[in-house]
Formats: sequence, structure tokens, C-alpha cells
Amino acid sequence: MRPARILADFKVVVRSYLRNPVALFFSLIFPIILISLFGLIFSAAGSTTVAITVLNEDHNSPQSVALLSALNNTTVAKLSFVNWNSSSFAKNLGANDDAVGLIIPAGYGASLAAHRPVNVTLYTDPQDAAGAGAAQFIVTGVTNAINLEAANGSALVGIQQQNVGSAIYTYIDYLIPGLIGFSILTSPMFSMVDVAASYRKEGIFRQLSLTPLTRAEWLTSHILWYTALTFVTAGIMIGAGLVLFGAHVTVDLGLVPFLIVGPLLFVSLGMLAGSVAKTPESAALIGNIITFPMMFLSGTFFAVSSFPPALQSFAHVLPLYYVIDGMNQVMLFSNTARAATDAVIVLVIAIVIFLLAIRFFTWRDE
Amino acid sequence: MADAIAVDRLVKRYDALAAVDGISFRVAAGQVFSFLGPNGAGKTTTTEILEGLRRRTEGDVRVLGLDPWAEAATLHRQIGVIPQGFRFFEKITPKEAVEYYGSLFHTNPDPIRLLTQVQLEDKAHARFDTLSGGQKQKLGLALALTNNPEICFLDEPTTGLDPTARRAIWQVIRALKSEGRTVFLTTHYLEEAQLLADQVAIIHHGHIIAAGSPDEIIATRGRPERVRFTAAPALAEYLRGHVGLPVTVADGRVDVELGQPGDALRVLAAADASGVPWAHFETVQDTLEDVFVRLVGQMDDGALKSEGAA
Repeated sequence: MRPARILADFKVVVRSYLRNPVALFFSLIFPIILISLFGLIFSAAGSTTVAITVLNEDHNSPQSVALLSALNNTTVAKLSFVNWNSSSFAKNLGANDDAVGLIIPAGYGASLAAHRPVNVTLYTDPQDAAGAGAAQFIVTGVTNAINLEAANGSALVGIQQQNVGSAIYTYIDYLIPGLIGFSILTSPMFSMVDVAASYRKEGIFRQLSLTPLTRAEWLTSHILWYTALTFVTAGIMIGAGLVLFGAHVTVDLGLVPFLIVGPLLFVSLGMLAGSVAKTPESAALIGNIITFPMMFLSGTFFAVSSFPPALQSFAHVLPLYYVIDGMNQVMLFSNTARAATDAVIVLVIAIVIFLLAIRFFTWRDE
Repeated sequence: MADAIAVDRLVKRYDALAAVDGISFRVAAGQVFSFLGPNGAGKTTTTEILEGLRRRTEGDVRVLGLDPWAEAATLHRQIGVIPQGFRFFEKITPKEAVEYYGSLFHTNPDPIRLLTQVQLEDKAHARFDTLSGGQKQKLGLALALTNNPEICFLDEPTTGLDPTARRAIWQVIRALKSEGRTVFLTTHYLEEAQLLADQVAIIHHGHIIAAGSPDEIIATRGRPERVRFTAAPALAEYLRGHVGLPVTVADGRVDVELGQPGDALRVLAAADASGVPWAHFETVQDTLEDVFVRLVGQMDDGALKSEGAA
């Protein structure tokens, strides 16, 4: 490897890139769009209340009013009252796009006063699983409290809530490392797969094979470029997160290894995928098969720990998982030891993929 | 003179098909050698084997004394190549491209001087994707020269170019020869080969069917020189009876094949004496293209016949 040749090729790569307005737009503006979009969607989701449509057939009995005011006091339930017939209640809920409904039956207050069991009916929409779950918890919590009171008991176990980690984090703080990982993956993967296939088709590799430039030098100059691009993109995302959403993440030198080995890994992987394919179309297909599962299952948008166990095991074989987990450890949890382990894992995978890419990427025909 | 290229019994097979089937030829240093043949004849395969871009199946190939496949890295520092349909990075200018190649070869050429040599200096700062076909080929030539090569391989450098652009490339090829470089040129344009080449070889179905200087090939494989009249067929009748030379009629033209140069005077005298009016006469000679078309055509007919017999 000769640095002068790597530098010469690097200049060509940078110029080609900077003179391509579309590519430039995607690298610089896309991260901002991405973080704004996901930031808005998911920070809204965090403050959502559950709307419950209530039919109180036990007209203003003190017991039914107590139940409703307890629900209201949770601040999570947002109650609205209707006067429908109980037999057409479910149908009306559907017609009004109301996902959660509650009927307090006639005689509810009398039953409670007489210590007789009585059921309230909760309607939920299977399509809104999150809303259904939340409504179930809220109503169960409130009715439990009423039951406890009716039994003259007092609560023994209380809950004091704290967030995970050493400080209080919002969703945006988790989103920043995830989206940096997302762009470390997608930006080199998509373009290298395309470059590998189209340069071969257009004879540019054949042209380069007639010069002293080696494949390792060529690949290295591309890795350097995508590393530079990753630093810029990460800077933009962190900046946008801080300015637009008031994120509080730790930004220090611990991030640097991930911003280097990440591009090393995915530039090589993109090249490998593009090299084993015979045509640009199959190259794109192979690239997508590798990229898409990793894009969603490596902790980019959702924490891997929230996945079902089988999916978690799968996530643990995806190299991007270690890139994102490592950056989470640095930016959120200040867990240097685990970040270092993650960095070493990614480095080892990256070196293997780099060597494989050099091995399979040929620019002469047999 | 030393051989720049020596090819002995070269074979290249793709599965069962022999694209190149045991060809041998030599290219002397400092000459323009033109390699001709119809599409699919084995031209590009042979050229790419010589350039070290393709591995041969059998036979011996030496380019500047090197094995082009095994010693490609050494060879590539001493040869310049424009592959067929030269393409380059779209957003890069010719000046940047020459600087890039200069850095790769560690030769530091003067980009403007080199671009002037291929008549592309006025486009030195234009991006590749804005260049015309001819300008792109000129850049290919300039890049092929950045390492001051001993042999230039030009694979169909003028295909698809307009006549002016083709002539510009011809000038560059002549300049390369005058600088003492060997030029290996493949082309579809036979007049180009006839004008530029010291030696030509014609390949067809993987075999060399003719080789030598253009004049030798025309002299040995072409038809004799003819006197051609624009006249009524009656003239042909008269000449057949009076000059004792083969006479043919086609498209209102009467052709008389000459046995020796002196025959021309006899033919003209006979035409004058015939009393048949004629508008125009000229002497015509086979071009390399005529010979090429006939040789390739004969071989295809022969191949068809032998297939029909089998």
C-alpha cells in the first residue's frame, strides 16, 4: 500500500462525491430530516394519553363518580362521556374510531355498597395494541385500588419511578446513537454495492487494473472517505438532536473508534456484496437482503432489549448491533469497558470482511 | 528489430468454444500493427490477453518479454491502453484525470502538455460526462500516455467518432509512431488500417486468415488492377472480342482486369475504336477493405458449404 496512491484516489472519490448534488443532499440534509422525523414521531408517542369513551349506566352514583375521578387522576386516561345504548356501544365505538371504551353497569354503586361483585366492561381495539394494553393497566390499577379500599386494606408496596441509566433520558437520546448507526450502515452499503457493480459493468475497474493502484488501496481510499462522511453526519445528527430536541448525550473521544471501524466494516461489506453479484440488479438485491434486517433489528429505532428473545439472539449476530450498542454505552451510560468490547468485536468482523472483500473483488477476468 | 509482441499458438477457450484458436504473430518494436477482424472474430479477446486483462488457455505470449498475465503489474508500467468504449469517472476533468494517473504511475506528467498532444487542451477543465465521444477517446489516449509507454494498445479508438475526430486520433497515432512507440491498433475501419499500419493481421473465427503489410495483402490477395468505364454493355461485348482480358459488367460500369500495367493503353485504344459512346473512365485498385470483405465472405461461404455437406 502506497499512501500517495491512496491519496490520489481519495481526491477523485471526494471530487466525484462533492460534484454530485443528489449525493451531497442525502449526506448532509438527510440526517437532519431523519432525526427530526423520528424525533417528532417518537417524542409525541411518549406523551400520549389513552382516550377512553365512557358509558355510565349507573347514573352518577357516588361509587361510579369515584371510579371515574380515580381514572381521571391518573392523568394518562382522557375520558369522554356518551349516552349510547349499551347494546350498540361496541358498534358506535367502531363507527367513531374510538379505540377504548368503558361501560359502568346500572347498579354498580349498589353492588359495591352491598359488597357484591360487579363487572365493568372494557372495550379495546386489537389494532391498537399499545392503547389496549395501556387502558387495561390503567383500569386494572384503579379497580384494584377500589377493591383494596373495599376490603379495608392498605397498600404495602409502593413504586418510586426512575429512568434507566445515570441521568434522565428521553427517547431522542436513544435515537441519536441509533440513527448514527443507521447512517454508518446505509450510506456506504447502498453506494458501495452500486459502485462495485456499475464500475465493473462500465469497465472502470478494468481501466484501474491497468494502473499500479491496488484493490486494497482503492478500498482504503473509499473507507477513508466514508469515515470522513460519517464524522460529518454524526456531527450533524448530534447537533440537530441537541438544538432541536434538547437531547443530553455524552460526546467524547469514546465515539471515535465506532465512527472509524463502522465505515471500515460497511464499506468492505458493500464491496463484498457487490463483488459476489454478477449483475447490478442482483448486487442491489444482495445489498438489500443484508441491509434491511440490520437496519431495523440492530437497535436503530428500538432498543434490542425490547425484542422477543429469538429476535434478540438474531440481533446479537448483526454487526451493526455492536456499533450501536457501543455508541449507546459511550453516549448514555458511560460504560467504557462494554464500549471497548463492542469496538473490538466490530474491528475483528471488519478486518475479516475487508480481507474477504479484497479476495472476492477482482478487476480482471480469468 | 526486436519483437515488442510475440504470440505463439495462442488459444483461448470459453467452455467448449475456442474464441482464439492457435494464432501466432509478431509485432516489431516501433511499428504500427493493426489487428483486424469482424465482430466476434477474437480481436478483443486477443488484445485483452496481450494487455494482461484476460488469462490465456494455451500457447505462449510475450509482451516486452513479459508474460502479460503473470507479470501484469510490471507490464502495466510499460504499456498504455485504451480499452474499447473507454469510460471514466463522470465528474472528473481531463486535467484531474491526467494528474490522477500521474500520481498512480508516479510519473508527474505536465497535464496541459499531454492534453495538447491529444488536442484536448481546450477541454482540460470540463467534466468527463460533458465530453463528446471523440473527446472522451482523446482523454483515453492521454491517460494511456501518462506513463510514457513503450507500447500503446488502442482497441477500436475511433469507433463511433465523426470524421474530424477520427482524423485527430490518426494524427496522434502517427505522432506516437514517430516517437518510436509501438502501436497495437484494432479497428473496424479498414481505410484506417491501410493508412496507418505497417503490418496488419486479419483474424476470423479465431484464426489469422491474412497477415503482412497492407500493400502485400492487397497485392497477393486482392484482384488485379482494373480499367472502369461508365458505358453501355455493348462496350463490354466489343472489348471481350478485342483485348483478350476478363471483362465484367455491373451497375452500368464495365470493368476490364489488367494483366500488366501496359494493358491499360491497349484497353483504351480498343474502347476508342469500338465506336460505343462512354462517359468516363478510371483505373481502380482493391483496397484493404475490398480484400477483407472478400476473404471474410469466402471463408463464411466455405464454412457454410462444409456445414451443408456434413
